[in-house]
Amino acid sequence: MERLGNGPKAGIEAGRLTAADYEANFADLHPRLDRHEALVESDRCYFCYDAPCMTACPTSIDIPLFIRQIQTGNPLGSAKTIFDQNILGGMCARVCPTETLCEQACVRNTAEDKPVEIGKLQRYATDIAMEQGRQFYSRKAPTGKTIAVVGAGPAGLAAAHRLAMHGHSVVILEAREKAGGLNEYGIATYKAVDDFAAREVDYVTAIGGIEIRNGQALGRDFSLSDLTAQYDAVFLGMGLAGVNGLGIEGEALAGVEDAVDFIAALRQAKDKSVLPIGRRVVVLGGGMTAIDAAIQSKLLGAEEVTICYRRGKENMNASPYEQDLATANGVIIRHWLAPKSIIGKDGTVAGIEVEYTAIRDGRLIGTGETGVIAADQIFKAIGQTFSASGLGALQFEKGKIVVDAEGRTSIEGVWAGGDCIGTGEDLTVSAVAQGRDAAESIAKALAAAGQPATAVA
Amino acid sequence: MADIRNNFVGIKSPNPFWLASAPPTDKAYNVERAFKAGWGGVVWKTLGEEGPPVVNVNGPRYGAIWGADRRLLGLNNIELITDRDLYTNLREMKEVKKNWPDRAIVASIMVPCEEQAWKAILPLVEETEVDGIELNFGCPHGMSERGMGSAVGQVPEYIEMVVRWCKQYTRMPVITKLTPNITDIRHPARAAKRGGTDAVSLINTISSIVSVDLDTFSPNPSVGGKGSHGGYCGPAVKPIALNMVAEIARDPETYGLPISGIGGITTWRDAAEFLALGAGNVQVCTAAMTYGFKIVQEMITGLSDWMDEKGHRSLDDVICRAVPNVTDWQYLNLNYIAKAHIDQDACIKCGRCHIACEDTSHQAITSMVDGVRHFEVMEEECVGCNLCVNVCPVENCITMEALPAGELDKRTGKVVDPTYANWTQHPNNPMARQAAE
Repeated sequence: MERLGNGPKAGIEAGRLTAADYEANFADLHPRLDRHEALVESDRCYFCYDAPCMTACPTSIDIPLFIRQIQTGNPLGSAKTIFDQNILGGMCARVCPTETLCEQACVRNTAEDKPVEIGKLQRYATDIAMEQGRQFYSRKAPTGKTIAVVGAGPAGLAAAHRLAMHGHSVVILEAREKAGGLNEYGIATYKAVDDFAAREVDYVTAIGGIEIRNGQALGRDFSLSDLTAQYDAVFLGMGLAGVNGLGIEGEALAGVEDAVDFIAALRQAKDKSVLPIGRRVVVLGGGMTAIDAAIQSKLLGAEEVTICYRRGKENMNASPYEQDLATANGVIIRHWLAPKSIIGKDGTVAGIEVEYTAIRDGRLIGTGETGVIAADQIFKAIGQTFSASGLGALQFEKGKIVVDAEGRTSIEGVWAGGDCIGTGEDLTVSAVAQGRDAAESIAKALAAAGQPATAVA
Repeated sequence: MADIRNNFVGIKSPNPFWLASAPPTDKAYNVERAFKAGWGGVVWKTLGEEGPPVVNVNGPRYGAIWGADRRLLGLNNIELITDRDLYTNLREMKEVKKNWPDRAIVASIMVPCEEQAWKAILPLVEETEVDGIELNFGCPHGMSERGMGSAVGQVPEYIEMVVRWCKQYTRMPVITKLTPNITDIRHPARAAKRGGTDAVSLINTISSIVSVDLDTFSPNPSVGGKGSHGGYCGPAVKPIALNMVAEIARDPETYGLPISGIGGITTWRDAAEFLALGAGNVQVCTAAMTYGFKIVQEMITGLSDWMDEKGHRSLDDVICRAVPNVTDWQYLNLNYIAKAHIDQDACIKCGRCHIACEDTSHQAITSMVDGVRHFEVMEEECVGCNLCVNVCPVENCITMEALPAGELDKRTGKVVDPTYANWTQHPNNPMARQAAE
């Protein structure tokens, strides 16, 4: 009740909470199942024929098999079943929207509205293997070929690991200071605690033959043509570096920030109490980034956090589970509101003027009715774009790299996967699948090139 | 309100639920607690002959197998008969019987196969004024190595001999407890009847090794790295016990011999099944050892409510009701034709019925119809084996439906014959042809 006196400090302030609050707020969202919990949960799996969960998984993990292996007391065998298809199975177990993938397909939904907790079981098995440092794969005899991978995110890491398995050498060129891509910089802190992204990078690269060079940005430090000249093949696995702007008045005011930068700063900060946060925060957008920014604003001690989305609940890209997580954390989600202008006072944000929206004749329009939400801080989370230079004559479509079913681009010897390609789904697990499959395609192409031109005389 | 009072060979109890001779009935403390909880009777843990009591191992005595969530399905034990002084037991039995006159107390006895040994102990037991005796010819571990327990139960001549001595030296009702560790339960039952037993009780535990520790390679329970076979009991043994009870109930030589049913009884439903197959009452052990004595309350209300619902007024309306329906395979009606039917509204599309049928049976269930995941029985292939029903995780989703007489069986192309025809009459049976000639 003390707070009612003066209320939380206005403006953007650090250190709003006690040390214990910070620790509790940014602890593991779903602690790992213990052995008994894993046995009970794994027993719920029906071991379906041609299992729908497996079909729903972008990496096609043999889910019934790995769950049965947990059930029979073989978590390491289970982890290998997962890693066979998805070497980043540990992170996917934490960040996959399972409620719209494997767990949505689980037949237990039909039986009792409660799917087998596949994601938690996957984490149980992969954590055990990674904690024991168990490596299941070794490199084939060196082929003498070296492949350049651009970007050390999920797509690049998955491609690198699979290429290394085939005996190729891999050089990963990463623009940022650390490897991991969105796993390192773009995931809410409570989903990957204890530096998991970095530990996973170490686990993946432990196979050997993979060199990561940080601080190497495409277009600045090298171009695609440099790579095609120097390497036997190239895999492009860049993320979305560009952020969409609002294009409204007041966007340049202090306190208007990109949500992705906020999320990245949170992940990198060892001490959360140094991170400033507004008393009243407004987040613009309806996707996972908006949810992650809003929840973490609340966890940093913001008094009032409002997500404004310009369409309805059913249009939000964030899953219902994520929306519920936000509201459970005290975030207010408001629909049918579009930003109109940002109101400043003394050069900093004081509020946001929003306009009600509606669908008329199939089009989203502003109704003309407006209102103001008081805010000290505004996060923009209205989408990211692929922006890259140094790609030469590479073919694009709708701003993304064009690839075929195997991940081949328009330039011979260059493959691509992850968020930078047209079929990218903004999912770690899809990026892993694309990186892995492109690596198989590269390995096949290099093997074919190595064959004598004619068969036996 | 159904009357579930029980009269078993003249021994009366307020309900048919007795605790079997085992650790739960080893002393007055436990038995009094059991009676307070509502048990109708107990068979006191087996008494041995006078003298230094038997000695148990001091390491683990039990091993188990579990289902999901560590639900205990089967228990095995290497505990011997009571290791308390004979006179302590006798004194307590007398006291408890005096305090609980409406409950049944039966003394289980195991002494060497010598007339003198039985002649000596029977008057001591009779003096306690308990209601009867049960001859332990069943325990397969430990005591059997000394020529007692199942070592007696496996030799019909010994059974007959000892029963005869008991009938000679006591006026108390004699219940002969049989071991399942034999090839045909009818032979020991017939021997007991020839000796004049008032009833048989079965099954005692089954010789078993419950598991092996894969780190130490010791069987479990492991006593300092070694294991010995134990006696297996609990829900897992119920089907074996039901069959043995039914075999005795329908054997012309033992027909009408009272049976106390034992073996994995965990719920009222299990008990009702034993009664229906010929048991006059039931004995319970593992369920009590797993959940405590309170379970009897579920058993009493469950049995009573079911009897009310079905209009059975007393236990006599239930006992033996299923016995006429137990027959030999050769008399089953080969003109009865059933087909599996999958309720598409109940189906959760796990596909287990399909893969079980496809891989291991008759390839009679689809997995895909018009490009859609769909599980449906192909009647032209279905032999009505019931495997799909058993592997389906949804109750009543797959059912076996009998084809009415006159309908076409798409598998054989023949019309269902309304008449009864069994193997003894079948043209493929060489014995049948012989008879015809």
